[in-house]
Amino acid sequence: MSAPALEARGLVRRFGGLIATDNVSFSVEPGARQALIGPNGAGKTTLINLLTGVVRPSAGSVFLEGEDVTALSPSRRVRRGLSRTFQINQLFPDLSPAESLGLAISERNGSGGDFWRVAGGKANIVAEVEELLGRFGLEDAMDQPTRTLAYGKQRLLEIALGLASRPRVLLLDEPAAGVPEEERRDILAALAALPAEVAILLIEHDMDLVFNFAKRISVLVAGRLLCEGEPAAIAADERVRAVYLGEDARG
Amino acid sequence: MSAPARSENSVRLAAHLRRRARWRWPEILFWLAILAAIFAVPSRAALINEILIAGLFALSLDLILGLTGVVSLGHAAFFGLGAYAAAILSSEGIADPTLGLVVSSLIAAALGLATAPLLLRGADLTRLMVTMGIALMLGELANRNSWLTGGADGLNIAMAPVLGMFPIGFTGQRNAALYSFVVLFLLFALARRLARSPFGLSLLAIRENRLRAGALGVSTSRRIIAIYALAAGYAGAAGALLAQTTQIVSLDLFDFHRSADVLLMLIIGGAGYLYGGIIGAAIFIVLRDVISSATPEYWEFWIGALLVVLVLVGRERFGERARQLLDRLKRPAAWEEAA
Repeated sequence: MSAPALEARGLVRRFGGLIATDNVSFSVEPGARQALIGPNGAGKTTLINLLTGVVRPSAGSVFLEGEDVTALSPSRRVRRGLSRTFQINQLFPDLSPAESLGLAISERNGSGGDFWRVAGGKANIVAEVEELLGRFGLEDAMDQPTRTLAYGKQRLLEIALGLASRPRVLLLDEPAAGVPEEERRDILAALAALPAEVAILLIEHDMDLVFNFAKRISVLVAGRLLCEGEPAAIAADERVRAVYLGEDARG
Repeated sequence: MSAPARSENSVRLAAHLRRRARWRWPEILFWLAILAAIFAVPSRAALINEILIAGLFALSLDLILGLTGVVSLGHAAFFGLGAYAAAILSSEGIADPTLGLVVSSLIAAALGLATAPLLLRGADLTRLMVTMGIALMLGELANRNSWLTGGADGLNIAMAPVLGMFPIGFTGQRNAALYSFVVLFLLFALARRLARSPFGLSLLAIRENRLRAGALGVSTSRRIIAIYALAAGYAGAAGALLAQTTQIVSLDLFDFHRSADVLLMLIIGGAGYLYGGIIGAAIFIVLRDVISSATPEYWEFWIGALLVVLVLVGRERFGERARQLLDRLKRPAAWEEAA
């Protein structure tokens, strides 16, 4: 019970001579609201890919609720409770939101390979799809092809799909990226309403969003973890300021 | 979670999710029309039989290309293998068509299962080359092993009557068409059921966005291997039907043009909704029949022209135009109200 929801121990990833991730260790507690920030090129994307299993680490390991998942494929990790959203929408253009969510739910409960039952025939799955559609305000668009949805709605569907896997840890990769001002409030409200028991790791550029949402912030610079702490402490940290103002980081 | 309230929304949602599961009238009419054609024009039973077999072959390609988005230019490998398996079984004394059909399509499915892992990596171009290469290899194997396959001479075979009652072949053209019809319908119904299942939905998801499908926990590799093996079995069944009903097999079954033609048929009829292969096969074969009796050398010109028009103008656009027209006929003032 005391194990962190997600933990990285000594993660290293080299691409040829480049060290994209340099001995990163950190953890996300159950139910945490944590943010991972860092300037462009800090290695955030590589770190997400290491955590989710898209990229294998050169050294180090990843633990999910105390269990070593370093050797597991991305889809196995999803079934173990680690799910993610994408900075650039990764949706199913010709499927409707309802179908996409139904798919995610059947995969989670292990009936995704069922080739005999009619999709949408199980009342509990339909009820859960409905609950998720309601939570993210997608009822009106539920039966439209996803490609016809407004961009803000598509961003909401990104998060809804991540949550449909019923994760213990949800990685949100810049959930508000590119969302026009008038639709931002919906995203912020959806983030605020995420279930408290799900640990959230938010990867974000937008400092307003980070400081509104996160209770704990980890700062990644040049592949290394620069510091970690509460928002107030991070905001006051000279090194972080230096990095973000583009000054000498040793200042 | 409490028991779902049957609100308007949940009724709409359940109806939406299951919308394609029920057999609708146009579909039932479609199958009845084929059956009627077999009885109405027995003189063309051989042509109808050819269409049904090509339709099954194209349906098989639709399972991987239309549903799952996996391209192939070597689908004839499974077609030819099924045909040769059926022929060899028959020459080894297993003359019962249904048994031969089942065994042949299982053999083709086994080859599909064995070669599917080659399709998991790389892009579409890689898959086109790999599938083509496998078909070439199989064709050459059939050529070299003439002790088994008859080599360039092919094999002539004799089949027992279907179910011991209905002779097929040259003197039983209508029975042959009916036999192909029943096999096509049963396999179609299975494919249809599968396409509407959670498994089928996950195939669509792989087609639409394989990265995200994996991120939702779909084991994309396993699903692709499974559907590829099934499609290979379907193609093998089509080949076996051809061998059994024409009672001859030859090396051209593995030819590149077979793989290309079946792709053409599927594209002409439309990929992804399962009927496209059968419709495309009918258009392709009837056009070939009609045009080649008028200008025997130039029928491919018109098939080519049709293909160019379809691809450039886009069937979707045709379809959308037609839908808009229908909508306007139903609600003449709808677009004015919206303005």
